[in-house]
Amino acid sequence: MLWLLFKTFFFIGLFGFGGGYAMIPLIQEEIVFNHAWLTAQQFADIIAVAEITPGPIAINTATYVGYQAAGITGSVCATLGVVFPSFILVSTLAGIVLKNKENPYFQGIFQGLRPVVVALIIGAAIILGAQTITNSYNFFLTLIALGLFYFTKIHPIAILLGFGLLGIFIF
Amino acid sequence: MIPLIQQEVVTNHNWMSEEDFVDMLAVTQSAPGPVAVNAAVFIGYKLGGLTGAIVALSGTIIPSFAIILFLATFLSAQSNYNYLNRFFEGVRPAVVALILGVGLKTGRKVISSFCGFLLGTIALVLLLVLHLHPFLLIMLGALAGMLHHHLLKKETKEVP
Repeated sequence: MLWLLFKTFFFIGLFGFGGGYAMIPLIQEEIVFNHAWLTAQQFADIIAVAEITPGPIAINTATYVGYQAAGITGSVCATLGVVFPSFILVSTLAGIVLKNKENPYFQGIFQGLRPVVVALIIGAAIILGAQTITNSYNFFLTLIALGLFYFTKIHPIAILLGFGLLGIFIF
Repeated sequence: MIPLIQQEVVTNHNWMSEEDFVDMLAVTQSAPGPVAVNAAVFIGYKLGGLTGAIVALSGTIIPSFAIILFLATFLSAQSNYNYLNRFFEGVRPAVVALILGVGLKTGRKVISSFCGFLLGTIALVLLLVLHLHPFLLIMLGALAGMLHHHLLKKETKEVP
């Protein structure tokens, strides 16, 4: 059972291109349809929990499913499984990139990558905003948070906590 | 999580420059797996080799792991869940703002040419309108970079 948990989440980590929400269909396929470790309803609940807690969705799901299937050892196996491919692939890639930093050809590639990465970040904000900013009040809050982050030196965690407390009192 | 990573790694600790941070994001977004996990491995590796990668990775996993275990075992009471829900209701607009803010801040620093601005705009349109996969966009960016580099080399050869 523990090995199966590790293997399944290793597979999810290995093929979860895009991270975050892009991994949900893959996780659902494995956990709900292939192994039936969770029902569709339980899976929807864990997505909700993953959404309202910090941290990567894949790790939250792995910890939860592992716990449901085989207790704390299960959650350790599933979580290690899901991060293992990242560990191997990214440390290899980091080695290659850091070694060839001065190579003009590599620099050319990264010249092209940088604007795309910036576009992906701004795009992520717009996509998330389209889903979560549903009224003018939320829009107003977003503008204030943006101003605080852009023009002051307040730490992002302080901004997040402040807005969370505001949420408890207002919503 | 990208705004938090940037704040800690670039602004507070000066572990990497703004350019290195964006290059790191390009790698971590094209590799499979959660971006935060990939970023931890990359930054850990840069600063302290494989040991650094393991330490940084453990640091990222443990909070999520502990919180979910806590929720799974103790927190089933509906009232607590309700408070948490309202808390995150307030957090969400701030999250959107932080991500947008990082995009604008990094963009201002790393996009210095008209070509770069054009490429960024095209990528944004392709992402939002055509819903192209981020992995594909990163590959297109790499291709554009190679092409640009090639053309520059030709130009400098022709005008010695």
